[in-house]
Amino acid sequence: MSYIAKPVARHPKMPVNALGLTPRDYEGAMSTLCAGCGHDSVTAALILALFQLDVEPHRLAKLSGIGCSSKTPTYFVREAHGFNSVHGRMPSIAAGANAANRDLLYVGISGDGDSLSIGLGQFCHVIRRNVNMLYLLENNGVYGLTKGQFSASADIGSTSKGGIANRQGPIDPVNLALSLGATFVARSFSGDKDQLVPILKAGLLHDGFAFVDVISPCVTFNDHKGSTKSYAHTREHMHEVIETDFVPLRAEITAEYAEGTVRVVKMHDGSTVKLRKIDDDYDPSDRRAALDYLGESASRGEIATGLLYLGEAGADMHALENTIDAPLVGLPYSTLCPGGAALAELQKEWR
Amino acid sequence: MALDSGYGVNDFALKIATVNGTGSASANGLLLQALFRMGIPVSGKNVFPSNIQGLPTWYEIRVNKDGYTARSPDFHLVVAMNPQSYARDIQEVASGGWILYDSTRELDDEFRRDDVTFLGVPLAQMCVEHFEGSRARILMKNITYVGALVALLDIDMDVVKGMLEEKFSHKKHLMDANYTAIELGHDYAKAHFDCPLPIRLETMDATGGQVMITGNAAAALGCVYAGATVGAWYPITPSTSLMDGFTEYCKRFRVDPETGKNNYCILQAEDELAAAGMVIGASWMGARAFSPTSGPGISLMSEFIGLAYYAEVPSVFFDVQRTGPSTGMPTRTQQGDLMLCAYASHGDTKHIVLFPADPKECFEFAVAAFDLAERFQTPTFVVSDLDIGMNDWMIPRLEWDDSFTPDRGKVLSAEELEKAEKFHRYLDVDGDHIPHRTLPGVHPKGGYFTRGSGHDKYGRYTEDSDAYVEVIDRIRKKIESAGDHVPAPEVRGEGSRYGLISVGGCHWAVLEARDDLARRGIEMDYLRVRGFPFNRAVEDFIGAHERVFVIEQNRDEQLRKLLTIETDCAKEKLTSITYYGGQPLSKGHVLAGLADHVEIERVTVETSS
Repeated sequence: MSYIAKPVARHPKMPVNALGLTPRDYEGAMSTLCAGCGHDSVTAALILALFQLDVEPHRLAKLSGIGCSSKTPTYFVREAHGFNSVHGRMPSIAAGANAANRDLLYVGISGDGDSLSIGLGQFCHVIRRNVNMLYLLENNGVYGLTKGQFSASADIGSTSKGGIANRQGPIDPVNLALSLGATFVARSFSGDKDQLVPILKAGLLHDGFAFVDVISPCVTFNDHKGSTKSYAHTREHMHEVIETDFVPLRAEITAEYAEGTVRVVKMHDGSTVKLRKIDDDYDPSDRRAALDYLGESASRGEIATGLLYLGEAGADMHALENTIDAPLVGLPYSTLCPGGAALAELQKEWR
Repeated sequence: MALDSGYGVNDFALKIATVNGTGSASANGLLLQALFRMGIPVSGKNVFPSNIQGLPTWYEIRVNKDGYTARSPDFHLVVAMNPQSYARDIQEVASGGWILYDSTRELDDEFRRDDVTFLGVPLAQMCVEHFEGSRARILMKNITYVGALVALLDIDMDVVKGMLEEKFSHKKHLMDANYTAIELGHDYAKAHFDCPLPIRLETMDATGGQVMITGNAAAALGCVYAGATVGAWYPITPSTSLMDGFTEYCKRFRVDPETGKNNYCILQAEDELAAAGMVIGASWMGARAFSPTSGPGISLMSEFIGLAYYAEVPSVFFDVQRTGPSTGMPTRTQQGDLMLCAYASHGDTKHIVLFPADPKECFEFAVAAFDLAERFQTPTFVVSDLDIGMNDWMIPRLEWDDSFTPDRGKVLSAEELEKAEKFHRYLDVDGDHIPHRTLPGVHPKGGYFTRGSGHDKYGRYTEDSDAYVEVIDRIRKKIESAGDHVPAPEVRGEGSRYGLISVGGCHWAVLEARDDLARRGIEMDYLRVRGFPFNRAVEDFIGAHERVFVIEQNRDEQLRKLLTIETDCAKEKLTSITYYGGQPLSKGHVLAGLADHVEIERVTVETSS
């Protein structure tokens, strides 16, 4: 970890977005994670994605549970509203917050312990509820803060730092999200910013629950030989099945793609996401085929990455609950309180 | 047990024993409402199993011209409709009383008693003769016993028929069937028995300004009137009907007339943990949000309650108590969660708790709870119980002041933030221990980090002892100051040696017992606690009495313990009188308990069930 305060000076040539803000304006406090931690790279990618999407900092709500990954909301967008809640329970806070104010942009940061063990129930149900948010799972297969126990995403045979092999089968969050009906499911790698940033941008704009599993190695407890969540192992076995290109609303579409290999998906703000197949067998719009493919590739020891599934957004929590289009928090009390006359009228039925 | 001499006109209790899932609830509701509409003070207690169909269930009705509505277990009449429970039901009627039973099948001799009058009505047989289909026959059997009671108790037939007309105005065939059933029972009783019985009804004018409603429905309505927009819950007896009520009233009052969309959001969570998280998330955003639950739910929510306490997120929880510990008896009442709610969660925590005694207070305290939660930025509990929550109560008509403005507490507006130099979430700017708060998305200067981990007064993460202590000490003072703002206790009488203290639904039995003692020349002053932290009047009351009896419905004397922990009063002054068997408290429980400590004439009272 670093002990020095971040300097506030900025380079005059630093890029500026439509709001006149630089990437520095999307930063937060200095990270206290270990030097080289994958999570810091994910934070950096997220900062870039938010900057490039011109997100107003105070219109962002960033939430997390408990664990190393859950510390990271402190490290980006200091002007945003953050909520570092309790272990495994971020999804319910996000659901309640979104129910009350649907107009903010919600980013939830979680880890494999947070989402796949203590918070597995909430993780499943936030998917079912289709809460409009970006849900990032920084996945390192290990409990870092408590010094290296296996998490529920650890692969069978993956060894701990002390050389013990994990014997329990893993829970694959991508598989879970797909089978529970998530309409945006991606997997990426903290070491691949080029892949991660467009996926995050697309996820932020997806109209509904967007899930991104990011393999994010723990340099202290799970980056050794024998670990299947190390930098080396992930680089070696990562297989990008689909390339994601994010084209913001204002940008001119310049890249040319061979017909038939590209799927163009419009996001709700008018931006587009272009998905280019790298693997001919892969169809990112077919949920069942994606599940089959992922099962096969996992059995080969491959880590399939990319925006693995992008479906029609479907009814989100608000559509399911038929709430008004405006945020509930904006309703004046005069609209909410039926008043004395209505109370008197109602009580005639209580006689 | 013999009937005391006082029974008679508009003063008796009856018990109806049926099988659950057979439609007896609507028949019993009809009966209760009819008596209420005759202007006679009445109360009904539903004693039901945790089961869907087939187990014994009871409904108790007490009629009392003087307005006492606490449970009375001295039954003058038992309607025994369930052969499964004949043995017990027939034993429960007081000597000299009456038993109405279905004589389609002859009663076994083993059930016979010489000291009561058996009134056999061939209910099943008459229903078979007059109705088609087994379901209709089962349902109408219930209405038929109501018909018999109309004759036996002299219930106003016009009132009953008027109610059927209102209820079935759009379903003529049902109205006709119900009419027939009422008349069958009525005519049979008239022809075969000496009607009315000595226990009978006479129209009064004592319920004019009153309405009849359950505590859960009233609390739900309070949430609507308080302006709550987000409700999150997990179904649990006996709190489920609170969210049912909120849903019903929202459909009625909260659907946008132009778009048909909802000005509210009700989330059925995956468990109580998630329900609490949703409440906290919504409250963080600035919505008034709540969750209704019962004791087991509070256990599960405790982790989040601690977070809301420490991160100072307003949130409202309703605990409709049932009999614990663990799953306990889910359909029986108790006051076993007083300690739990007062101190829920690990570490140093203490919460604002309101204790309604009837549905009227459920409504009023629901509104107050949101104000207190937002004023003090902390979890606030409304703790009722199964008896208050699920039974129909006669209460004064609810009033609403249209000039009411909710107290949203110290929430900074965009304009205030614009003018402010800097905002720090946990800084005691005003010197009253309550910091300023902002809502997400309102203004760039309003951003802050909410966390359950150690934080300093600026809202920054800390592991520094002094910075931590400074915040946690301020929160203690903040919560303590709420004692002056929770509903003040209700106090009756002064100058006696003896004081009585009770809480919540104990109130009605305590009032009745106190009047009973006064008639025998024993005066006792009385205080009913309505909020926690305790208002200073509570300590003053204890200080002013030589001996104080604390009456409550739990085994471990939780209210007495809270009083000894939270006030400076001498521990020896306080003696607990407890009842925790799961039934609503009755006068007998109080008098029997007092007789152990005070020289009062022992009266024969029912304390067993």
